[in-house]
Amino acid sequence: MTDNPKDIKSSDRAPKAQRGQVVQKPDGVDAIGAKITVNIDGQDIKVPMGTTILEAARKFGIRIPTLCHHDDLCVAGVCRVCVVEIEGQRALQASCAYPITSPLKIKTHTPQVRRARRHIIDLLLSKHYGECYTCFRNNNCELQSLAKEYGVDFFRFGHPEKPMYEKDNSSYAVVRDMNKCVLCRRCVRTCIDLQEVGVLEAAHRSSDTRIETFLDKPLSDVVCINCGQCINRCPTGALTANDPTDEVWAAIDDPTKHVTIQTAPSPRAGIGECFGLEPGTPMTFEMNTALRRCGFDKVFDTNFTADLTIIEEGTELLLRLYKALVEKDETVALPQFTSCSPGWVKFMEHFYPEMLPNMSSAKSPQQMFGALIKTFYAEQQGIDPSNIVSVALMPCSAKKFECNRPEMTDSGFKDVDYGLTTREMAKMISEAGIHLPDMPKSDFDAPFGTATGSGVIFGATGGVMEAALRSVIELVCGVRAEDLFEHANIIPVRGFEGTRLVELPIENVGPVPDVFKKLVPNWDWLKGATLKVGVCHGTANAKKVLDDIKNGGEFSKCHFIEFMACPGGCLGGGGQPIPTTPEIRAARAEAIYAEDRSYGVRKSHENPVIWELYEKFLTDGPCGHISHKLLHTQYTARGKYI
Amino acid sequence: MLVSNRNRLDRELDVLIDKCGRQRTALMPILQAVQRKYGFIRNFAMQKIADALSIHPVEVHGVVTFYSFLSEKPRGRFIIRLCRTISCEMAGKDRVAAQLETELGIKFGETTVDKRFTLEWANCMGLCDQGPAMLVNDTHYTRVTPQRVLEILEECRSRLSPHAMQGAEEEHLV
Repeated sequence: MTDNPKDIKSSDRAPKAQRGQVVQKPDGVDAIGAKITVNIDGQDIKVPMGTTILEAARKFGIRIPTLCHHDDLCVAGVCRVCVVEIEGQRALQASCAYPITSPLKIKTHTPQVRRARRHIIDLLLSKHYGECYTCFRNNNCELQSLAKEYGVDFFRFGHPEKPMYEKDNSSYAVVRDMNKCVLCRRCVRTCIDLQEVGVLEAAHRSSDTRIETFLDKPLSDVVCINCGQCINRCPTGALTANDPTDEVWAAIDDPTKHVTIQTAPSPRAGIGECFGLEPGTPMTFEMNTALRRCGFDKVFDTNFTADLTIIEEGTELLLRLYKALVEKDETVALPQFTSCSPGWVKFMEHFYPEMLPNMSSAKSPQQMFGALIKTFYAEQQGIDPSNIVSVALMPCSAKKFECNRPEMTDSGFKDVDYGLTTREMAKMISEAGIHLPDMPKSDFDAPFGTATGSGVIFGATGGVMEAALRSVIELVCGVRAEDLFEHANIIPVRGFEGTRLVELPIENVGPVPDVFKKLVPNWDWLKGATLKVGVCHGTANAKKVLDDIKNGGEFSKCHFIEFMACPGGCLGGGGQPIPTTPEIRAARAEAIYAEDRSYGVRKSHENPVIWELYEKFLTDGPCGHISHKLLHTQYTARGKYI
Repeated sequence: MLVSNRNRLDRELDVLIDKCGRQRTALMPILQAVQRKYGFIRNFAMQKIADALSIHPVEVHGVVTFYSFLSEKPRGRFIIRLCRTISCEMAGKDRVAAQLETELGIKFGETTVDKRFTLEWANCMGLCDQGPAMLVNDTHYTRVTPQRVLEILEECRSRLSPHAMQGAEEEHLV
């Protein structure tokens, strides 16, 4: 095509902007991943064919603002904040949704682009009700930063002065305030694509569009599993966790109350991010000091009950295997599923109620600890359990739901009174005037003390399985885990692939440890067997595994499968600091594994306090009568029809 | 044998789903068939369809709320849609609208108490040269005048023989 009037053919008489785009052949188009040269802001960049303009720009350090785009989610291209100008094209293009297939000349900040962006942000603000000061996301809000970055100085298209929708406070875990929603649909893509739970979707049309649950029911009435992944990805404060900090402060301020807090492994790896530290900076011991200074009477380590979970859940598995293999009982449900992740538990109750017998009956570490604090600990310390307020610091929003389950009252009281997320804890710490990184280090409180490395890795996907395998190898095979895996790091179960399968042949068996003697006479029946285990994170992957089991696929041959509701395991939980990306989660995982390496005792069954507990309190041993009463639970088949 | 209405709907949906297939693309034909038969899509049907097509009920809800011709709630036996775009406006749609409202005793967006008529606004239906244009269920009427409104409504009423109306009411009460 040319501008020379002589060369213009009849088809070219259309206005220039309406003529078809000239497609030039990229070099080596037949080769997979052929490279194309694009010019962005005068810089020539060679990228593989199919790369989006946004990816290409990011790779070379050119910043294009985004709002609806998220690294974990599929492309949507709905917010249009990332528009760029492409030479020869009439309209601006959304760079996140424009795959490069021909050499292009792109400009990212021409006057036209800047004006369009400014107007788009103004339009978003014209429907965004809410005062930034009172918002949980103040200073951590993507809309707020965009407004700042693009110089919004007045509300060109107006600003709502009154709320239009009622806040949905019905759920224990997630609060929805649709007044702050900018319809970026990240929560929709999270709920439907990433987690495959399907609670949120855009409903109605055009300017009436809003994000709704099925039939616009309150969140507590739909199939929400409370994983909180939508909270982590919401760019504004439309989705937040149900915040009990005021109640926790009230308990701290009440001198008659003995307030204990248990802290899970993942918040330690993440909380630094709320204080401006790099992702993956562990804050375990600084946080202990900070929590005491906030006013908590005792700081405990949830990893202690993580170790206890390994013993209880592991014993349950061995008993199931014994029944299936030796007693030939065909009613035994195998594979056994882990039950530590409350989001996963509710997912099962809703979507696969017929497979609930496969769930381990062991409670999650949080609830085990809750039951122990108000029984064992209260008894030992001579405190009236009704005066104990048990708080749990978790990376998780589903834990808030879990601690409010009606069946979680085995101590005679509400086992865990409040679940706090990492973000809420960071808020409380700041409220107490504490800058976390400056805190001196201090250890956890007696009688539970510091747990083992096995407890710590519960925070990462594959961690429960690794901890279980370390103990199984030693208790059953009678060899040291270090003999089979270097430094007892069971690398095959680690990583971020959605599903993993690991086989562990049991070549030799050792003597039965004393605690198991009541349950099984010997391990000979396991000799020569191959223990097959699976690891899975994110409920979308869980769905694949469960369907595979139903169809008799390779996962149906497993004996034990670890499931975590959140991508990356607890470290990517719905209560962790915002934002979350694959890189941030990998950094947190690294922090968790580093902490594991630094521990002297790294296997659950070597935790001396566990055996002390079995000696003094849970006297009839793992899976015995007392532990069944306090440490195990049952599930409710909820179904997905509402 | 006494069959509950839900069981009946359940069985009808099974037949419909077998006919239309279990791909996502079958969603629209299934919804349209249910809408045609019952006048609205009840939430049990949405969940059942979602289940059969391996999608989420909330996605079906999204589709049903998106399209004007699909409805979550029972509407009238006759849905009257009057065009409100510019050529019909200029051809005198206001008088037609006023006549409809007085005659039925309801405003646009409402349904008569006896569940016979629903009034709705529609945007252009491509009959701009013959405005005002109006749609009653699937039949279109052009050059509608207030006088013709009476005739059209009478025609609708006459189509509702006592027997036919009984059936319709039963369906809506399900």
